[in-house]
Amino acid sequence: MNIFREVLWPLLAVILAFVVGAVIILLLGDDPINAYAWLLSSSFGSIRDIGWTLHYATPLIFTGLAVAVAFRCGLLNIGAEGQLYMAAFATAWVGITLGGTSVAGESWAWTSLPSFLLVPLCVLAAVLVGGFWGAIPGFLKARFGSHEVINTIMLNFIAIALVSYLTQYHYKNPGPILETPPVGEAATIPRLNEIFGFISPDVPLNIAFFIALLMCVLVYIFLWKTKWGYELRAVGENPSAAEYGGISPKKQIVLAMTISGALAGMVAIGEVMGTRYNYYHDFSAQWGFLGIAVALLGRNHPLGVLIAAIFFGVLLRGEIFVDAFTRYVSKDLGFVLQAIMILFVACFQRYTRR
Amino acid sequence: MQDILNWGFFFSGLTAATPLIFAALGGLFSERSGVINIALEGLLLSGAFTAAVVTYQTGNPYLGLLCGIGAGIVTAAVYAIAVLEFEADQVVAGMAINFLMLGLPALISGVIYDSTGSTPQIDKAQKIPVIFGGLSYATILALFTVAIAWYALYKTPFGLRLRAVGENPEAADAAGINVKLLRYAAVIISGVLAAIGGAFLATGQSSLFTRGMSAGRGFIALAALILAKWKPVPVLFACLFFGFTEALTIQIQGAPWAKINGEPIPIQFIEMIPYVLTIIVLAGFIGLSRAPKALGQPYRKEK
Repeated sequence: MNIFREVLWPLLAVILAFVVGAVIILLLGDDPINAYAWLLSSSFGSIRDIGWTLHYATPLIFTGLAVAVAFRCGLLNIGAEGQLYMAAFATAWVGITLGGTSVAGESWAWTSLPSFLLVPLCVLAAVLVGGFWGAIPGFLKARFGSHEVINTIMLNFIAIALVSYLTQYHYKNPGPILETPPVGEAATIPRLNEIFGFISPDVPLNIAFFIALLMCVLVYIFLWKTKWGYELRAVGENPSAAEYGGISPKKQIVLAMTISGALAGMVAIGEVMGTRYNYYHDFSAQWGFLGIAVALLGRNHPLGVLIAAIFFGVLLRGEIFVDAFTRYVSKDLGFVLQAIMILFVACFQRYTRR
Repeated sequence: MQDILNWGFFFSGLTAATPLIFAALGGLFSERSGVINIALEGLLLSGAFTAAVVTYQTGNPYLGLLCGIGAGIVTAAVYAIAVLEFEADQVVAGMAINFLMLGLPALISGVIYDSTGSTPQIDKAQKIPVIFGGLSYATILALFTVAIAWYALYKTPFGLRLRAVGENPEAADAAGINVKLLRYAAVIISGVLAAIGGAFLATGQSSLFTRGMSAGRGFIALAALILAKWKPVPVLFACLFFGFTEALTIQIQGAPWAKINGEPIPIQFIEMIPYVLTIIVLAGFIGLSRAPKALGQPYRKEK
């Protein structure tokens, strides 16, 4: 592995995206230096800012890893968005029905479990349901040869419709917002400001961030230190050679998509159990799709994914301030920069493959 | 049940199908030449935004349409350069275009109109006109475009070459066809058609541009394309089917007859139909839907 080449091209893509972004900002009638200065100072200026940046990065670490694992098996998982939606609702559902939730005197729960049981159950729901939703396109690909890209796109829409139905008709919190009632107290995980006093109380960064870091390590070990991971990558490199070598590509495809879905589903841990404490409609800021960019920028390596996710966290945190403190540039600058970056990374891929 | 079978429903189904027909035909040209087009959503948005802005500023929907087409061409060209010159992954580059068009229109309208959510309302008299009863001229144009697409694809040398390039670029190249040039043309055509669909969305069906207003129509068009097995006339029927499904979701809300066991039918289940159907078709349960053979593969000319 050529480290220089691994780092050079993604870096070049980022720099070029910022150059194109600067031109766009100039055309809009604003000062790019000023905009970029706000972007950086608002995301790294203080411990509070760094906390927010890492909070925004957390779901992207999960979805970036999800896309990367599928990529390593030669699959493009565009379905992380649907997988995390299903998982988030499932997590909220477990947290409500087994967490003793009651709203305005009406009980939503069957029982009220203690934290040491409920937290693992909620995490399990996220992983299993996300994994299941990822396994579907994996199975369809292995069994019928139908393309995972189309199927995952379709399953995204199905997931969002399904979850919106369940929320609207069966688990609707009273009020104007399409959301579920809150999960029980016992289904929540601590925020970092409850542990470390120096983090401001408004920062929702929670221990899901550490779970994300742990997943980076586990994915690395899985892919490069285990037999299954080796077989998965072998299929991604060359399916027919892998099959000739006695590896079943079909099994690996289902496995990769299941793990991918499970990783995407873990977004629910941080968001449902640590941030909002319920499921609400449209809760994902396109994390599933941004995961594709994170994985590409991170060269499908856990360490790269971590760095790329934090970098995107900077964009997501900073765009709010760029919006507020420049005359014309709105929050959408972040979207545009991300899009241009994805485009450049995709264009440079052929130079890194050799 | 007879409440549903009226002219209003018929026209609203046709109207809902119109942008889908344009976008799906656009996808048809691109994909038959071997280039995946996930970017339809972004192409729709580029046409919709530009048409809405120009129509509002000039009061002329036709100028709006023309500029919308221009935006579609530029956007499609960016995509074409990425996938044909740089051999970028077609799905990833397509997603990037979709992302770009989620952000760029909002960024621009934030500067022009001080609102990132939507552009100002267009006067009713300045919209793409309707003939009668809600039937738009754009719908008629869409039907004609199906015929033109069919003719172009099956009855012209261009269509023959296009299909050859999508099935077997090596052989097409050996026969003296410029593979890259044809694919450029195909992607640009898909930009033009999808942008017309987008322009209709903003200045015909609706009267302003709102952020992400295509709401997945680019993907539904893609679904229609697969369901139609990449053929123009079946594309029409698939789009009509999805258009009427969309019209049904509007009709069904609050309708007294739309009940199962006394409970209203959740619209989410009707919204799901196109997507579920696509998965079933792709899995080969309703006849095999075979994609063009060279779909998604970059072609490098042998030296």
